[in-house]
Amino acid sequence: MIWFVAALIGLAAVAWGFRFAGQAVTGNAPKFRDMPYGVAYGYVLGAAVLAWLVWAYMQGRSDDQAIANKFFFLRIAIEGFIIFAIAAWLFRLLGRSVGTARSKKLFRSMPLTASFGILTILIYAIFAIFAGLIAPYGQEQIIPGVAANIIPGGDPELGGNPDFPLGTDQIGRDILSRLIYGAQNTVGIAFATTVLAFLLGGTLGFLAATLGGWLDQLLSRAVDVLMAIPSLIFALLLMTIASVWAPELGIPLTVFMVVIIAVIDSTRVYRLARAVGQNIVVMDYIEAAKLRGEGLGYLVFKEILPNATAPLLAEFGLRFCFVFLTIAALSFLGVGIQPPLADWGTMVRDLGGFVNFAQFAPMAATAPLLAAGAIALLTVAVNFVVDWMLHKSSGLKE
Amino acid sequence: MSDEILLKMRDVWLEGRSDETWNPIINDVDLTLKKGEVLGLIGESGAGKSTLGLAAMGYTRDGVRISKGSVEFDGIDLLTASAAVKRALLGKRIAYVAQSAAASFNPAHKLMDQHVEGPVQHGVMGRGESEADGIELYAKLRLPNPDEIGFRYPHQVSGGQLQRCMTAMAMSCRPDLIIFDEPTTALDVTTQIEVLASIRDIVEQFNTAAIYITHDLAVVAQMADTIKVLLKGDEVETADTRVMLATPTQEYTKSLWAVRSFERPLKSAVQTGSVPVVSVQNIDASYGTVPVLHDVSFDMHEGRTVAVVGESGSGKSTAARCITGLLPPTAGQIMVDGDVMPPDYRKRSKDQLRQVQMIYQMADTALNPRMSIGQIIARPVEFYLGLKGAEKRKKVDALLEQIELEPSQYYHRLPSELSGGQKQRIGIARALAAEPKFIICDEVTSALDQLVAEGILRLLARLQDELSLTYMFITHDLATVRAIADEVVVMKDGRVVEQGPKVEMFTPPHHAYTDLLLSSVPEMDPDWLTNLLAERGVDNIGDAAVDKM
Repeated sequence: MIWFVAALIGLAAVAWGFRFAGQAVTGNAPKFRDMPYGVAYGYVLGAAVLAWLVWAYMQGRSDDQAIANKFFFLRIAIEGFIIFAIAAWLFRLLGRSVGTARSKKLFRSMPLTASFGILTILIYAIFAIFAGLIAPYGQEQIIPGVAANIIPGGDPELGGNPDFPLGTDQIGRDILSRLIYGAQNTVGIAFATTVLAFLLGGTLGFLAATLGGWLDQLLSRAVDVLMAIPSLIFALLLMTIASVWAPELGIPLTVFMVVIIAVIDSTRVYRLARAVGQNIVVMDYIEAAKLRGEGLGYLVFKEILPNATAPLLAEFGLRFCFVFLTIAALSFLGVGIQPPLADWGTMVRDLGGFVNFAQFAPMAATAPLLAAGAIALLTVAVNFVVDWMLHKSSGLKE
Repeated sequence: MSDEILLKMRDVWLEGRSDETWNPIINDVDLTLKKGEVLGLIGESGAGKSTLGLAAMGYTRDGVRISKGSVEFDGIDLLTASAAVKRALLGKRIAYVAQSAAASFNPAHKLMDQHVEGPVQHGVMGRGESEADGIELYAKLRLPNPDEIGFRYPHQVSGGQLQRCMTAMAMSCRPDLIIFDEPTTALDVTTQIEVLASIRDIVEQFNTAAIYITHDLAVVAQMADTIKVLLKGDEVETADTRVMLATPTQEYTKSLWAVRSFERPLKSAVQTGSVPVVSVQNIDASYGTVPVLHDVSFDMHEGRTVAVVGESGSGKSTAARCITGLLPPTAGQIMVDGDVMPPDYRKRSKDQLRQVQMIYQMADTALNPRMSIGQIIARPVEFYLGLKGAEKRKKVDALLEQIELEPSQYYHRLPSELSGGQKQRIGIARALAAEPKFIICDEVTSALDQLVAEGILRLLARLQDELSLTYMFITHDLATVRAIADEVVVMKDGRVVEQGPKVEMFTPPHHAYTDLLLSSVPEMDPDWLTNLLAERGVDNIGDAAVDKM
């Protein structure tokens, strides 16, 4: 602790020296002359963090296994970051040279983050759609004669098996296959749920904004009531009830889950759609359309919706991630996607105990983190793409 | 005024960043200001007046840079001065008064707290001293209750008073230079005159130099010693106010001067007994429980323009809302072609809706930004006339030609790709597409530059002659009324004060309020304000005079 404080104070002195040196060397150029102390400190701090990361990375590649293990995950993160950045850059380069004039133009103005996001989503989509062809084993297949809990990495010395590069789970199923099928189950269901939530919340929100009056009051108060109940607890409660009904009615529990999460999440969408819609309905062009005698359908779909796409798209990206996390959470708690279907949330729960090995056997701890990483990566990718679309549609410059 | 030079801008070039390149905003403009001199900077929107005004403070907005030239204030080079030097100057020796006082004051603090901030921060005065000085300034600016007004919040005083409070704030450190950026543009004429008089007074009293930015020639004629005309970033000419007004040398300047000369020929009187196209009969209306219209009646006859004038809050737009059916009147009725219209627009038939069309003040919000021009105009064509496919396209093209826009060039554009005047033309085309008899024009030219506004007025006049349209022309600008109206209705506080043919309205004797309105419109004569003040006295102009009625 004392070292940390000392380092910060040391940096403060360095920052002052940095600014002073800059002023002296550049002959008092405006950049250094008018630089606030905070900015100088920021530069120095940033440089220090960068230096530490380089040092930590080198530690991670150390020959001494004990030291290398300590920095194992940081090393993987840095390597992953660099590999993804290069992949995104290559993907953008590809997009710029192949395709129609329009798509080329799109790729030319694309930031690296967005091309990373699109690439990632594409890969997920391919895995989800062709899961049956890509996955080496079935998602529920227990391979005879194969041990349970084979460690990822495929290095026999560390307890791996080259036939199962990502190892096997607690009852001997191939983790790689389950991850691939998980894309199909988790992402597919999350997407369906989000679309449903938007259809429901968006339509009602715009209706409330356009018509106002008692309908607005009724819908808004109903939404308030639903929002007053903590959403995860509420979903848990409803899922428990549904798990009794599902076998009686012969409807898969998954359908209930989609509807329940969609309804709960549509309340947030409703709020946004109503607020955005209210800002649009006061515009003169809406008044002009009303005075023309236009019907409700035209008003909502032709006049309001096109002007509300930007905020709704942003919300879609966010909402998708939340739904996705809710499903993972429900599955983790055991009421979501049911075994033996592969699901990332369940995989994290089932293999979670291995995280305790992180200190001395990082490869073993990787097992549950693979599914968690898959969730995190998609969340980040979706948000990058949404950010970019928002930026484009809002016409923001720079 | 002395001969000592205060501000010297030499060969100033300004550039703005858009679409990843730097585009010129101001090209090679020189500006010299002596101590105590008032320079009027005029030009259309986009001419770069505000940008140049800010550059005089050594400041640029984000995305704008001074690429060449020098700005020297009292011997200090503002472009190379350090941040600390500039900080000491701005607010203390150079002050800025923005166009919208309502948007520039912080609504969470009292006026006085904001007023004393400058002097206290700059160490000119202590807080108590500065407050006392503020009260003195408020009195000098002829604000009502100068002792208390500073202790109100910005929303508790009127727009004109707020604008004067901002001027007082700019004066708080007794700067050498104040930049006024369209300080009266958003105000009513009767309020404007008050602000003009007090700004002129105080600038003279403290011998402050000023740059007065505006697009209104008549205003600048009252305020400035020298006038500089800008066009698209280039200086057109600079001259002494009187010289410039009497003998403008450049074509562009002459065209600016000529705008106000547009006037339609008079029409013969309405035949007695003819049925008015629209007749407003004894309507009362209220927003919630607040009554806004009281027993309003007027008729509008075919092929004629009825101008409804009044200040903001007089109920002229509300009358329009009653006619369109957006606000059903609580009493009285609206008749179109001798038939009573249902009060609520939802109860009107498609054909009844078609007959009454509207053109809005802000073309920006009146056109759906996500629809192309073609779609915007095609919709009423399809909706009312039932045309489809090639026929629809033909009709839209004809409409675009009618408003003098080349169809092939504009059909696929979005509203954001059009200039303000072009957008307003699209609004006109959309109204025409319904083939109406009657069009309500709600302040259609007040957001436009004078030259552009004149183009719109000429277009409206031509369309009226060709299609024998009837216009209800809502405006607060009496110059526009003079140009286009056949009959005039003057409104105040939700009542019709006076109505009649234009000639009668513009010749005395008037109703007292009409008289006040007419006399408050600035004229090009540089002595106009001085003469008016001498004639009426400072207490008989603006809000004070309105309140006496």
